[in-house]
Amino acid sequence: MSTDSQKTPKTPMVLEFKSSTFSVPVLVLASDDLAVIEQQLQEKTSLAPEFFKNSPVVLDFQEINKRGYDIDIVALTDTIRKAGLLPIGIRGGNVQQNKQALELLIPVYSMHSGSVSVENKKQKTIVVPVIETKADEDVDIEANATATTLITQPIRSGQRIYAAGDLVILSQVSAGAEIMAEGNIHVYNTLRGRALAGVRGNSEARIFCFDLQAELISIAGNYKISEDLDESVRNKPVQIYLQDQALIIKDIVLPH
Amino acid sequence: MARIIVVTSGKGGVGKTTTSAAIAMGLAKKGHKTAVIDFDVGLRNLDLIMGCERRVVYDFVNVINGEATLNQALIRDKNCNLLYILPASQTRDKEALSQEGVGRVLEELKKDFKYIVCDSPAGIEKGAHLAMYFADDAFVVTNPEVSSVRDSDRMLGILASKSYRAEQNLEPIKEYLLLTRYSPERVKLGEMLSVEDVQDILSLHLLGVIPESKSVLNASNSGTPVILDEKSDAGQAYGDIVARYLGENRPHRFIDDQKGFFRKFFGSK
Repeated sequence: MSTDSQKTPKTPMVLEFKSSTFSVPVLVLASDDLAVIEQQLQEKTSLAPEFFKNSPVVLDFQEINKRGYDIDIVALTDTIRKAGLLPIGIRGGNVQQNKQALELLIPVYSMHSGSVSVENKKQKTIVVPVIETKADEDVDIEANATATTLITQPIRSGQRIYAAGDLVILSQVSAGAEIMAEGNIHVYNTLRGRALAGVRGNSEARIFCFDLQAELISIAGNYKISEDLDESVRNKPVQIYLQDQALIIKDIVLPH
Repeated sequence: MARIIVVTSGKGGVGKTTTSAAIAMGLAKKGHKTAVIDFDVGLRNLDLIMGCERRVVYDFVNVINGEATLNQALIRDKNCNLLYILPASQTRDKEALSQEGVGRVLEELKKDFKYIVCDSPAGIEKGAHLAMYFADDAFVVTNPEVSSVRDSDRMLGILASKSYRAEQNLEPIKEYLLLTRYSPERVKLGEMLSVEDVQDILSLHLLGVIPESKSVLNASNSGTPVILDEKSDAGQAYGDIVARYLGENRPHRFIDDQKGFFRKFFGSK
């Protein structure tokens, strides 16, 4: 090895693979009618044209396939692009749809991992070792959706945890950490970071914590930042749920 | 069995190198053969704090590249013959370090030394990552202020997920908190986080508190680790830390504003 590294005239490395995580909107489709999709997409994007302009989007076919619709991926991507969005992946597709997408050079993402980053398994281990085994062993989506992820060690600043079902954390969640779950989030300690429950649209999801000092709380996309939290709910056990699109934060009164 | 200790913090200027020098000296003075490695390639400082800057011939990068043997690069400390220093290279940057190379050097050191102290550079990039990657124990050096505490928290997350022990699913790195530049008077005035505040945020085992002290700067300038200044409060605090790390049960001091009390009991030594 020593002789190897002694060679000095070597082309310096000009590339490097890095793991990174992006937040990308997911477009969940519930119909195969392209005309309707086009019209509704137009309505949505016109609400925030700057936000949607050239925005990457991942297409989610789970709902379509559940309802037994068939959709032409080629025509669909055309429609999406016409609306100013750039499809960068699909998920929840069947074999045929996945094949079609790959022919269009559109990547296929796994349904299990809510994050759409292109991490390989090894890197995933590095980021959140806790959930790695779960993502690996589960083949059945339905079973996975109800699985609970239990974490006993502290979630430190900069760490991200994603749970496909409920997420139960026994240690503290530090400021600068982010915990996300498709189901409920329970933190039996101090919550200082960001907590996002029902990240795939489950508005029934709730957040429970022993000591609320969060930077951000969100349920199904409805969020509140720390500054918006009333002093009366801080530093105590609370539950957070959604009622008429509004986040309700309520004390949990512990029995004596 | 040799143990690798990383002294890390995330944030710069909190006292990593001062701590590395002090605990390495402390361990050696207790009779354990100890090596201390400067991982701050390009910003070499440890040799100055240890007072051996005039005796640097080869450095860590030379050893990694096979341009010098470990024995050629290790500098024996002038105060303690059980302590050796492996200086960083000043003319290179962190990219000169490779995981494989660092692993090889540490493996070789483990054959001969009881403790290997890795002085991490600031940040969470390559140099800091390699300094902690092979560690068995981590001394997380934190100042009692919010940005230092948050950076330490980030570093703890990296220790728990990106180290060799984490990747191999071995027993996790043992983490210890060292609170440095602590001033009880300023805590009382509300200008500084208290020990309790920091522990509340980091929930970490406190190994010791080092008081803000003139003796640290004096020691740095004269190139003698502050632990050798047994009259100084900082020197005594580091002495306590080494003793506690080695399993001795010593009560915490320098946490409360009790100047008179300490002068009475410890000042006359």
